[in-house]
Amino acid sequence: MAHLTDTLLLLVLLTNFAVLAGSRLTFTIRAAAAQGVALGLLPLALHHPWTGHSLLITVGTVTVKGVLLPGFLMWAIREATVRREVEPSLGPLSSIGAGVLAVGLSLAQSRYLPSPGGVVPQLLVAISFATLMIGFIVLTTRRKALTQVVGYLLLENGVYLFGLALSVRVPLLVEMGVLLDLVVGVFIMGLVVFHMNRELETLDSARLTELRD
Amino acid sequence: MNLSALLLVPIAGALVTALDPLRSRRQLWLVLTATVHLALLVAAWSGRIGGSGLLWLSFDPLGGLVLTLVSVVFLAVTIYSIGYFRREAPRGTRAFEPCLLGFLAAATAVTLTDHFGVMWVAMEATTLAIAPLIYDPHDRHSIEAVWKYLLICSVGIALALLGTFMLALAQGMDVAMPSLSRSALVSARTLQPVWLKAAFVFLFVGYGTKVGLVPMHTWLPDAHGEAPSPISALLSGALLNCAFLAVLRVMQVAHAAGADRVLAPVLVAFGLASMLVAGALLLRQTNYKRMLAFSSIENMGILAVGCGLGGAATFGALLFMVGSSLCKASLFFVAGNALIEYGSKRIADVSGLVRRLPISGALLVLGFFAMTGAPPFAPFLGQIAILKGAMQAGRPWVAAAFLGLQIIVFIALAIRILGMAQGGSSNDVRRTESPWLLLPPAGLLGIVLALGVSLMAPLQRVLVAAVVTLGGGAP
Amino acid sequence: MTAWLSLAVLLGIAPLLPGIAAKTVAMLTGRRGAPLFQPYRDLGRLIRKGSVYSTVTTWLFRAAPAMWALSAFAAASFAPLDGRAGILHFAGDFLVFAGLLALGRGFLTVAALDTGSSFEGMGASRELMIGSFAEPVLFLAFLTLALATGGLSLTGLFGPPIGGAWAHFGASVAMVALSLALLMAAESARGPIDDPATHLELTMIHEVMILDHSGPDLALLLYGSALRFALFAALLVDLVWPHASRNAGIAVTGLVAGLMMVAVLVGLAEASMARLRMVRIPQYLLSAGVLAALGALLLVR
Repeated sequence: MAHLTDTLLLLVLLTNFAVLAGSRLTFTIRAAAAQGVALGLLPLALHHPWTGHSLLITVGTVTVKGVLLPGFLMWAIREATVRREVEPSLGPLSSIGAGVLAVGLSLAQSRYLPSPGGVVPQLLVAISFATLMIGFIVLTTRRKALTQVVGYLLLENGVYLFGLALSVRVPLLVEMGVLLDLVVGVFIMGLVVFHMNRELETLDSARLTELRD
Repeated sequence: MNLSALLLVPIAGALVTALDPLRSRRQLWLVLTATVHLALLVAAWSGRIGGSGLLWLSFDPLGGLVLTLVSVVFLAVTIYSIGYFRREAPRGTRAFEPCLLGFLAAATAVTLTDHFGVMWVAMEATTLAIAPLIYDPHDRHSIEAVWKYLLICSVGIALALLGTFMLALAQGMDVAMPSLSRSALVSARTLQPVWLKAAFVFLFVGYGTKVGLVPMHTWLPDAHGEAPSPISALLSGALLNCAFLAVLRVMQVAHAAGADRVLAPVLVAFGLASMLVAGALLLRQTNYKRMLAFSSIENMGILAVGCGLGGAATFGALLFMVGSSLCKASLFFVAGNALIEYGSKRIADVSGLVRRLPISGALLVLGFFAMTGAPPFAPFLGQIAILKGAMQAGRPWVAAAFLGLQIIVFIALAIRILGMAQGGSSNDVRRTESPWLLLPPAGLLGIVLALGVSLMAPLQRVLVAAVVTLGGGAP
Repeated sequence: MTAWLSLAVLLGIAPLLPGIAAKTVAMLTGRRGAPLFQPYRDLGRLIRKGSVYSTVTTWLFRAAPAMWALSAFAAASFAPLDGRAGILHFAGDFLVFAGLLALGRGFLTVAALDTGSSFEGMGASRELMIGSFAEPVLFLAFLTLALATGGLSLTGLFGPPIGGAWAHFGASVAMVALSLALLMAAESARGPIDDPATHLELTMIHEVMILDHSGPDLALLLYGSALRFALFAALLVDLVWPHASRNAGIAVTGLVAGLMMVAVLVGLAEASMARLRMVRIPQYLLSAGVLAALGALLLVR
């Protein structure tokens, strides 16, 4: 099972870079969906005797992160008829460079943090930090509101990945609550994007600069 | 009847108002639910509602204090909004009341729960419940405000979740079922220091974003400035306190683990930075609602400084929290009255408030003096206790900085508020003011005055009980 | 023994691979396409012709085709084609390998510039741009493999230690394999970097550089390109399907089968996507580099 865990973690890492390098919005969202599916399968890979708890989490996560949220974002794209990301502050080459830097930093930093132990590889902690940082990079350097939502999704995925280090130990209620919050959060963001498109005729958040001191 | 009632009443109210198509009936349900909630709280204080409830709810002095504050402000907001929306009809009509009650339910969960995981979920729920309310005016400014609010607060909350997970990890590998229950964490034997420190950092940055501490404050002026006035009052008077409570819960765990030295200087530093930035930006404000929002940032900075100093300063900080939240809410109410009357958020457009709306004008001036620490109002006592705590902790320069920044803020606010209240021309005709719009601010200021005149013994007991867990003491 | 045999087989089978790729593309796009062995017929036809040289060209132009083919042949002698060992091997020979490939590319580019034609100059500049990205990536891939296998020669990187590397560092070796697969398109001038079937000079990179060559020179150039394709394909096969064996027959059959599979897959890739825009090529190569770097990062932690 260690191989499966490593492979899934690598898939998470690769999809991060796919989001960083992508300029077509549909591609970015599909990459985030793939990451969600990989994350959803990780509890099964980590905890070999499959309990009802881990199966439930897996099904829930794959449905939410792999199907529901990307589907909702695709709907938002159709409504807003955006196709491509507008000139982001960081071009694709620089983004990929920043991503490699983030991965390097998190690998270095995970050496100093004590290992979660058990079946959880230290790689998981490193990749969770890397995903978090890459999500943050996407969120802050992209201008289209929908891409910022994808960045937020990556951020949440990074945190969720870290949470898997203790997946049997957090009560089901809290995990479901986290998923639910994510769904509602993205739902509300999508609604705001919808209204933004209607109100401002654009999803370019660089235009949101009227409120200032 | 146990504590779950405090949670179920707002939820039931939210469901009822969601199904009711008639606005006036919805508003009635809203006020009714708020009143019942407050009554239940009083019963909980007197011990008639016991023990625990769903979602690991438990009644402790600190949580109860903040929840009472939230409930009082909420009731005032519901009464005010009846009058406010007679003049300014909201556009997102159906969702308004259910979202408000959803917020109340989530705030109850945040303040009373013992479990860090539930607190996180509820904190996120408060963020999401308020978002549609900020967007209520449906114009491009409020879109921008709600987008920034959602994005920045969601990032903060995600970091707080990471910190919550690290808290669980800090309990080490040999614990079979690590708990996120605060009582368990507080009484834990050994907590792994590296994970614990990392947890504190992430929790502080995450929840600190929602509190509006500099430099994570950028969403606050926009959100508090663009939301409709009752919602601004709720945000400043209730939501910020819930977020600060989350930070205090982290402090409780830190204090129990003996790691005060780590967190306390950080709190003081961020607090002073918030006061500085807020003061500096206040000097440039031309929009009175944003002005009040920056004042909220400054107040949160004061709270952070007080809690970071420990001792009597923590007592003072909590007292200041109570006083300043009520004052801020009433100031936002008065600002709403001014907005209805003058139709503009710019300070330059408002003058002669005491001529046109005498009672509102008087409340504006009184509220300003109360909030910036004039005796005999409650915030004055709070600030004195903070200064005393600073001297006792051997940090005179903190006290000096605190005092200096307070003076700057006072001057900046005074120029603007007194300018708004006075002036005007002799053709200003006096308007009749709706009691719905006057009762809430007057009532809240009255409470602040009463608390300042005689710090009632029960409140003092509660405050002392609350600060003990944070490493503080009576002044 | 098997090493010599494998080299001979590689030399013989190299022109078949572009034929297989072209046939795959044709079949996937609904045509019958040229016969599989057409490249051999092309080579034979070209050898029997004479070369025409422009009066403005120098000895570089005449020397380039030979250098192109010879450098590919010399590089092939280092690669462990039978999965066990190359004909030549010493520590650090991967540097010689990369150097030989660069030498060939250098001569070809200079010959293109030598003609003074603007088309070929354009091709030369594009080729050098690709080369400047591709070579660091190649070294990154070698670095990662060196970390995984502990070897310092091509035999040590792609030879017998590969089996152990897959077992212990499977993820990293997979990343290197992906990276090499992406790189193969750049080094051997195939899609999606450089569509071999295009007839528009402005869209060509490699083909436009050899516009002025003819006869045996052109035959050498075509053969050299096919040999480089086969070489990278063989390295990829060594990585993904270790086919070393005492029995010469099995080793060679494994090599041939693997090469054909790679050719089919390249045809599949060419049929399913359009050639990348020029500005995308650095991103493509950077992605290949990032894959290799990630593989290395995983090993260093």
